[in-house]
Amino acid sequence: MKSIEAKVVVLGSQAVGKTSVVIRYVGGMFSKAVSPTIGASFFTYKLTLNNYRMKLQVWDTAGQERFRSMAPMYYRKANAAMLVYDITSEDSFYDIKDWVSELKKNVDTPIVMCLVGNKNDLEESREVNVKDAQEYADSIGALFHETSALKNVGVEEAFLQVAQQLVKLYESSPNSGLYSIDLDQSSSSQNPDSSGGSFQLPPDKSSTANAAGSKCAC
Amino acid sequence: MAENREAEHVSTSESEQSDFIEPEIRRKDTEEPFINVDYEALEEYDSQPSGVIHELVRQCSHDDGKNLSSNDEISGGEEARSESEQASSDMEKVSLKPQELPEEELDETQTAEWRERKKHIFILSESGKPVYSRYGNEDKLVTIMGLLQALVSFVHDSNKDNIRCIVAGDHKFVFLVRDHLLLVGVCCSQDSPHQILHQLSYLYNQILSVLTHTTLNKIFKQRRNYDLRRLLSGAEKFLDNLLHMIDTDASFLLGAVRCLPLDSQIRDQIAQSVGQQAKVKDLVFALILANNQLVTLVRMKKYFLHPMDLHLIINLVNSSESFKAAESWIPICLPKFDSSGYLQAHISYLDEGCQTCLLLLSVDRESFFTLSECKNKILERLNKYNGLRAISDSIANSSYGIRQCGISDLRHFLYKSRSTAQFTSPEIEAPYLKPEEQERLFGLYLYLHHRIHMTDRPLKILYHVGQHETLLGWLTQGFELYAVFGPLVTKPVAIAAINKLLRWIKKEEEHLFILSSVTF
Repeated sequence: MKSIEAKVVVLGSQAVGKTSVVIRYVGGMFSKAVSPTIGASFFTYKLTLNNYRMKLQVWDTAGQERFRSMAPMYYRKANAAMLVYDITSEDSFYDIKDWVSELKKNVDTPIVMCLVGNKNDLEESREVNVKDAQEYADSIGALFHETSALKNVGVEEAFLQVAQQLVKLYESSPNSGLYSIDLDQSSSSQNPDSSGGSFQLPPDKSSTANAAGSKCAC
Repeated sequence: MAENREAEHVSTSESEQSDFIEPEIRRKDTEEPFINVDYEALEEYDSQPSGVIHELVRQCSHDDGKNLSSNDEISGGEEARSESEQASSDMEKVSLKPQELPEEELDETQTAEWRERKKHIFILSESGKPVYSRYGNEDKLVTIMGLLQALVSFVHDSNKDNIRCIVAGDHKFVFLVRDHLLLVGVCCSQDSPHQILHQLSYLYNQILSVLTHTTLNKIFKQRRNYDLRRLLSGAEKFLDNLLHMIDTDASFLLGAVRCLPLDSQIRDQIAQSVGQQAKVKDLVFALILANNQLVTLVRMKKYFLHPMDLHLIINLVNSSESFKAAESWIPICLPKFDSSGYLQAHISYLDEGCQTCLLLLSVDRESFFTLSECKNKILERLNKYNGLRAISDSIANSSYGIRQCGISDLRHFLYKSRSTAQFTSPEIEAPYLKPEEQERLFGLYLYLHHRIHMTDRPLKILYHVGQHETLLGWLTQGFELYAVFGPLVTKPVAIAAINKLLRWIKKEEEHLFILSSVTF
């Protein structure tokens, strides 16, 4: 069984629910009291997919304007980008265009993009319709999902599809910048940062959430 | 406060001072973990930001010196570009807002609730644009902001002078003019004008900590009437929380840090664990905080963490819930260390209950994974040697009651060790259990501190008999002591009590203070 390590960056305007989406996926929960992210938070998620063991390094970035200039630090060398907007805010959808052009300009390795319309439980105040978003996603070659971190709709699917695309990317172009880890010799891992034994799979092979970073429900 | 029976005793002469036995002062200037704040030199704060420290840190940690290109300069450029692009569109949006409101809603100052607040804080840009108000919506306070700006610029233009303070009845208006920003405190609380000034400079440094001096300069050079609230969005809670802490926590008044009481051996063990496991290039400071108290601080040789910077770090951790969810990697500017650029901070909680927080501050923006690895190693060591257990036990057991000092009549005290910029005080007990009584107690300390540190007539010793308690303040080269006694205590009794207290503190010193500083 082969193993892949991929860097996933979560981008989008403030208060669209980036952290909520990530915590829903990684921690399997939703908290009403999520406070604005400062800088960026780091989560890891491990799953098994089509004979690959995958470790996703998820960077959940801050949406506030003052952190905008620090984004390159987080999306540099990313293998996938989740572009999150709020379906009840047209502005947040337009902001995605800036992110896409910035990514295209600054990331030279192939990157899997996924457009995520969050808060789709708020149908009554919808400002961005599904058709427009799907069209836009197609035009930039991105995946598209509408999600609700609150109701747990579509989050798992979005990340799973991103993972599948990452596997495809890995198979088609070995130079895509994706780390592959040889688990049998984890002590001589190719990843310079993980010295012996720091990378461990959950004992069962199902894709259980093993959130190294998520410690607290608050 | 009631001062109807004030008896004051100012003693500086040899004979009178012989009552007091000055304890031995531990002086290890070269090894102090912090620099002491010179309260009097406060007005020189920040006027000359030094931009070279980042460079120096790099120079001493990169042996070959080939990676000397400054990340901070690069980031500054990026910021300025993206901000200027968006600045113009934003300006139009915001400047229209107040006019859209109906007349009667325009002014928040009309409500009684707003008027009765004891400490108002206003921050505005040089051109009079609202940046922050502690109470009320800034957009509804444009009139008062404009007025404050007019006062400052009138004095400046007509006399080439700076307005510093206006006293009107119970209210003090204190002005602090810094690069690009005006900060005004309007208070009817116990705080003296000088203390308010000190608090305003904390707020200014908090803004620098979020934006850096470089960014602030760039923005206002390009656009004098920029609405800074756009860049500070989400950071208001740091200012709110800082103000709350300033009003309740003596650390800010004293310019000192409270340490978590720990056995000295355990504290050394924790410091060693951090020092050994975090020996990483470019790492400047590593510290552990628990419950707003310092557990340990390990620093790069030659670099000191100023208490003001440490207070901003404590405020950051105290006011953010988001660090509890995952490891964070954030930019933070420590204005006393280097106001021109950011350090990168790796922030994580070490325990399930999110009480013990580890911060690793580096100048290398790419070192997240290295530091994350350090964190795991530190955690492993702390678990192995029961360091974490000791920390959580100390938090759970609350520090100490005044009774443990074994001195009758003494109700509460603050003791600051000046050379280490650390302080200790017992838990607050009866009769100060109610919030309004605690506020009154804090007011007594503000008064005592103010009298001792008055610039035109500084005192060494102050004995003050008030209506509800007797106060004694004592300033020496080695320490500052503020003690609160019951109202019936006599001067000889108070002095004997203080001497006994000093002996007790001396005995407990290793438990209450960090006496040796560890470097990487």
